[in-house]
Amino acid sequence: MSKLNREQFRSLREKLKAVNEQQTEIIVGLGSCGIAAGAARTFDAFQKEIKAKSLTGVVLRRTGCMGLCASEPTVEIKVPGMADIIYGWVTPEVARDIVQKHVMRQILVSNCIQDKTFKDILKEGE
Amino acid sequence: MTETKMIKAKINDIPVEVPAGTTILDAARKIHVNIPTLCKHPDLNATAGCGICIVKVKGSNKLLRSCCTDISEGMEVTTHDSEIIQVRKTVLELILSNHPDDCLHCGRNTNCELQNLAAHFVIRGVPFHTYKNSLPKDFSTGNIVLVPNKCILCGRCVDVCQNIQNVWALNFVGRGISTRIAPAGDILLADSPCVRCGQCAAHCPTGAIVEYDNTYDVWHALHDKDKYCIVQIAPAVRVAIGEAFGYEPGELLTNKLYAVLKKLGFKTVFDTNFSADVTIIEEATEFVSRFTTGGTLPLITSCCPSWVDFMEKYQIDMIDHFSTCKSPQQMMGALTKTYFAEKEGIDPKKIFMVSIMPCTAKKYEISRTKDMSASGIQDTDAVLTTRELSRMIKQSGIDFKNLPGDDPDHIMGDYSGAGTIFAATGGVMEAAIRTAYHYVTGENLKDVNVEAVRGLKGVKEGVIDIKGTKVKVAVAHGLGNVEYVLNKVKEAKLKGEEPPYHFIEVMACPGGCVGGGGQPYGVTDYLRTERAAGIYKDDVDQEIRCSHDNPMIKKLYQEYLGEPGSKKAHHLLHTHYEPKPVYIK
Amino acid sequence: MSFNRYILIYRESDAGVDKNENLFDAFMKELGEKDPSNSVQVVDAVMNGKADPDSTLVKIIPDNIYFKCKDPVDAIKIVDDFIIKNNPVKKLEAAANNIQYRIVLRNCGVIDPENINEYIAREGYSALEKVLFDMTPDEVIAEIKKSGLRGRGGAGFPTGNKWAFTQQAVGDVKYVVCNADEGDPGAYMDRSTLEGDPNSIIEAMAIAGYAVGASKGYIYIRAEYPLAIKRLEIAISQATEMGLMGKNIMGSDFSFEIEIRYGAGAFVCGEETALLASLQGERGMPKPRPPFPAVKGLWGKPTVINNVETLANIPVIIIKGSDWFNRIGTEKSKGTKVFAVTGKVKNSGLVEVPMGTTLRDIIFTVSGGIGNNRKFKAVQTGGPSGGVIPEKFLDTPIDYENLVALGSMMGSGGMIVMDEDDCMVDVNKFYLQFSVDESCGKCAPCRLGGRQLLTYLQDIAKGNGDLKDIDKMKRIGNAMQKASLCGLGQTTSNPIQSALKYFYDEYEEHIVHKKCRAGKCLELLTYTINPEKCSRCGICKRVCPASAISGDRESGFAIDNAVCIKCGECYNRCKFDAIDRG
Ligand SMILES: Cc1cc2nc3c(=O)[nH]c(=O)nc-3n(C[C@H](O)[C@H](O)[C@H](O)COP(=O)(O)O)c2cc1C
Ligand code: SF4
Ligand code: SF4
Ligand code: SF4
Ligand code: SF4
Repeated sequence: MSKLNREQFRSLREKLKAVNEQQTEIIVGLGSCGIAAGAARTFDAFQKEIKAKSLTGVVLRRTGCMGLCASEPTVEIKVPGMADIIYGWVTPEVARDIVQKHVMRQILVSNCIQDKTFKDILKEGE
Repeated sequence: MTETKMIKAKINDIPVEVPAGTTILDAARKIHVNIPTLCKHPDLNATAGCGICIVKVKGSNKLLRSCCTDISEGMEVTTHDSEIIQVRKTVLELILSNHPDDCLHCGRNTNCELQNLAAHFVIRGVPFHTYKNSLPKDFSTGNIVLVPNKCILCGRCVDVCQNIQNVWALNFVGRGISTRIAPAGDILLADSPCVRCGQCAAHCPTGAIVEYDNTYDVWHALHDKDKYCIVQIAPAVRVAIGEAFGYEPGELLTNKLYAVLKKLGFKTVFDTNFSADVTIIEEATEFVSRFTTGGTLPLITSCCPSWVDFMEKYQIDMIDHFSTCKSPQQMMGALTKTYFAEKEGIDPKKIFMVSIMPCTAKKYEISRTKDMSASGIQDTDAVLTTRELSRMIKQSGIDFKNLPGDDPDHIMGDYSGAGTIFAATGGVMEAAIRTAYHYVTGENLKDVNVEAVRGLKGVKEGVIDIKGTKVKVAVAHGLGNVEYVLNKVKEAKLKGEEPPYHFIEVMACPGGCVGGGGQPYGVTDYLRTERAAGIYKDDVDQEIRCSHDNPMIKKLYQEYLGEPGSKKAHHLLHTHYEPKPVYIK
Repeated sequence: MSFNRYILIYRESDAGVDKNENLFDAFMKELGEKDPSNSVQVVDAVMNGKADPDSTLVKIIPDNIYFKCKDPVDAIKIVDDFIIKNNPVKKLEAAANNIQYRIVLRNCGVIDPENINEYIAREGYSALEKVLFDMTPDEVIAEIKKSGLRGRGGAGFPTGNKWAFTQQAVGDVKYVVCNADEGDPGAYMDRSTLEGDPNSIIEAMAIAGYAVGASKGYIYIRAEYPLAIKRLEIAISQATEMGLMGKNIMGSDFSFEIEIRYGAGAFVCGEETALLASLQGERGMPKPRPPFPAVKGLWGKPTVINNVETLANIPVIIIKGSDWFNRIGTEKSKGTKVFAVTGKVKNSGLVEVPMGTTLRDIIFTVSGGIGNNRKFKAVQTGGPSGGVIPEKFLDTPIDYENLVALGSMMGSGGMIVMDEDDCMVDVNKFYLQFSVDESCGKCAPCRLGGRQLLTYLQDIAKGNGDLKDIDKMKRIGNAMQKASLCGLGQTTSNPIQSALKYFYDEYEEHIVHKKCRAGKCLELLTYTINPEKCSRCGICKRVCPASAISGDRESGFAIDNAVCIKCGECYNRCKFDAIDRG
């Protein structure tokens, strides 16, 4: 990628801001605490399951610590038209469950949903 | 230079005015308020280690370290109140909780900064747990002894060795409670870059670094009927030994020294000032010859063994620049066991040659190379520092103060003013200039005082006019100051330019030998200045101010050595240098 | 079948399931009757915050409304009125648990930290763009000053002033250093920030560089943080490749480059002067200040040193403005603070709250309070430099000054919560051991005083203490506070001093009665068999690894406390509660 000047930076930013509302996202917390709790295996499980179920339009992403260290590995699921949900203690089995139920059929998985207790300051009104 | 701002403040309600950048500690000293400290030494950076020098400043609820806090405008400082004293005492007790109690066996007994503070603070026991270390002593160098159990980690030795001397032999090792000072890499001192200057010992507040004591070797020789004991005294000793006997600093005690040494049992008493004159004859000859025939310049002096060692480790590309002259101590040793022995018909093997030196490195010098046995056997047998001699005198019960003076043995005891100023930084240079001038012009300088090279400035540069010929000289003392001078030489060499100097003097110890590592404790710039003043007075008091005018020198050359720089002179009075590893594996 | 609503029933992580079971059944039953199309799913969820002992929290998605349900009747009401008829049920509504406010952690757990585009999509590098093209360095500094941001590394020095000093200091070269040497036990806020949002730190460093006139930055990070290092490296290389770092950033005249340096893990290297020494390849030992790094820092040049969390605030302040930031927090402490809440709370984790939030809210509302039916005893803030704060001060609003007034300090943000099973002497011992191990050894009060304090604590924990020791400890602690060179030594005695203030009785118990009520000081424990309760099953004798239990089923069993190693095995295994510990 070539170096951006101010204008190019601005247009890139605008392009990147236009998020795809139509895709399902599976976001795995891969900070040290998550990894220590096995988040890498969880990530793999999602990857395999998405492939096994030949899902398209599902993006598997990585992120840092969500702060819920007692509940690692944590995963956030964004399905278009549904509220975003954070799951804790997502073992590979739970991961498969999440794909099969939540992602594919919009059924929440019991016993590991976490409460998301903070707003996004970048989106709040001035 | 811009004018420094003056700061007005109050210490214990006493107004004080000092230049900006003065610490509270120094400002207090100025008005004769003494804040105790165990780690801050006037020569050195504040290490801020001991925590004793804390004071209160109005408006701050913290206690501040006066050693490293600059006084500021309007500051109101309290240096002593019951809280401060209580904290100081507690810190002292903590230090003592980890310090051996064997003051009676310590190299610094009666002379220790920690002992003094413990006395002042009425320490009658350690109310806490006690932990004594059991670390081994390091005798490996045979001249500097490390006694880590006594170390209070003030950091002075590390600072002096790294920042003043630029040797980096000592460092802290370990962390927390296991922190200790040791040669960097935790090796033996003898295997480290240490150049034995003894500045660490001179600055240590406790008995954790001391000289290797040879007193008993000398007693033994003195009482050995088969030995003929001869002694020489170095220039710097005569103006410092008095401090051990209650004299004012800088008091010149040459004749008393001759007398006391005779009383101690030395059969012959020589003066290193005489051999300093010999050194000048040889070195000035060497200089003039190099200067006039396009030899390697600048010429660099070599009478300081620490400097020689440093050069052989760190500045090997300068070897060709070094004067091949031995130091006055070694010249005296060689001449005693040849010239004097022959003249008096004494078997040199029976002679036990002792030198009294301000210096710890001189102990190392006597066996530095085979050249130090020019007489066929080791030329100098034992070296005592000024401190050791003062102890010997005290052991002997001689009333030094009331002892009438005496004369040396003239054959190698009479000296010129040039010989005596070797004791101070710039002295060798000044003495050499006096004689070199004569060699070039056939005349003596009208004013033999060369002020440009005197004083305590770290690097002194000057141009000497020898009847129109300009001789550029530089004087450095404190090994850390060498780099500046030598870098200039190296730069010029690299660029193919004229050398920036023709003649360089280096002394390892700040102030030169008056500030040597074997001198009475407590050295500061004040003491260096006073001692040097005593030396310059000695110079002025001499009828003969130039080495080449010393009749005994003339006699030596006439009777024995022939010409300066002759083959015989070379054999006895010169040496050579070799690169050395900085670390011995 | 597809759901359009969800009822989340929040379960306490360790509470009995029964309470929820009834509710769950009630919801299911009512929905089964009233919602034949099966459009609502009922799910068990996990309670992150404090549980109300009398009711269960229920959340309806996507309405985002919380209800408190006491019993099945409430469930029926919610289904009937809210779900079916869409009428509000004000009476049962509960406030959302939204105490947290994430400025520093805004992107953590949101973006992919290894993809700079995701950062840019969330205003990343926009602050840098703004300062480079629309603000002068003076304006940047004025903005930071106005925001009231104070250093999050512990001391709370105003960041804007620090930048101003560095800007004004004379120097041909200046540096920006990010202090990522986080090392107190229990603290990992900076690690998470770096792992979750590395670009924000890099951007902030460039902004600092622009403000003070530096074109080189160093991140001093613990080598034990490999993931954070990797993500920083990725971020730096991506930013450099895009021209957001390096020469002529975004085509401006400003250039800035960042190098990562690894710390060897000595805690004291987090102290700024020790950090600089270590960066220069010297032994990491603190030096006296002044001179402050802002005047004479790295290689003698003016240097800004800021903590990771401090820096993470910078881009947001620039984008949203100092007025916005200034509104958050208390009068003297602005913005938020991230805490790593660990210890005996139900939900340990990272918490970011506005300054001024009470300790109680953090510990109970956000972190769920104490688990296992135990009672709260104390909280230690400020790591080994802080002190313990007892229950009665839990309603103190957190800011720098208040915590100091309580004998603790803000520190970097570790918060360790203790319950009745924690012994103050034992806790003090733990922190003292840490400080003693981490003392650099340079100054006498810290090096020697720390060891003394630790030994006294060990004596007390073993039952060898003396009440006079307490005075000695206070005296030593005071000398360390007053005469140590750096913050480590100055604060080493804080945990003890505060414990002596708030939990003196526990010390006294150890010393005078040789008792440890929490059972932590093993040497003080005795195990005895209560013959009344003992069923003579003999399991204790079988499990004792030290063969300290003698007797047989006929005569009964007895423990020889001289032989007992206080492992507690018998105590744990006895089914009849017949072994007393005291
Ligand atoms: C013993 C000790 C350890 C410290 N460790 C850290 C640390 O790990 N991280 C940090 O940011 N500051 C630490 N500090 C504070 C720093 O010295 C310094 O105040 C801080 O980096 C300044 O940044 P700020 O103004 O952004 O807070 C420590 C201080 C002491 C005395
Ligand atoms: S004698 Fe000199 S060189 Fe050797 S350790 Fe001491 S100060 Fe350093
Ligand atoms: S050896 Fe002496 S000078 Fe060196 S740190 Fe120890 S007490 Fe200080
Ligand atoms: S300057 Fe003098 S005292 Fe110091 S090492 Fe050299 S010769 Fe010895
Ligand atoms: S207080 Fe402790 S850690 Fe800090 S400089 Fe002193 S000895 Fe080192």
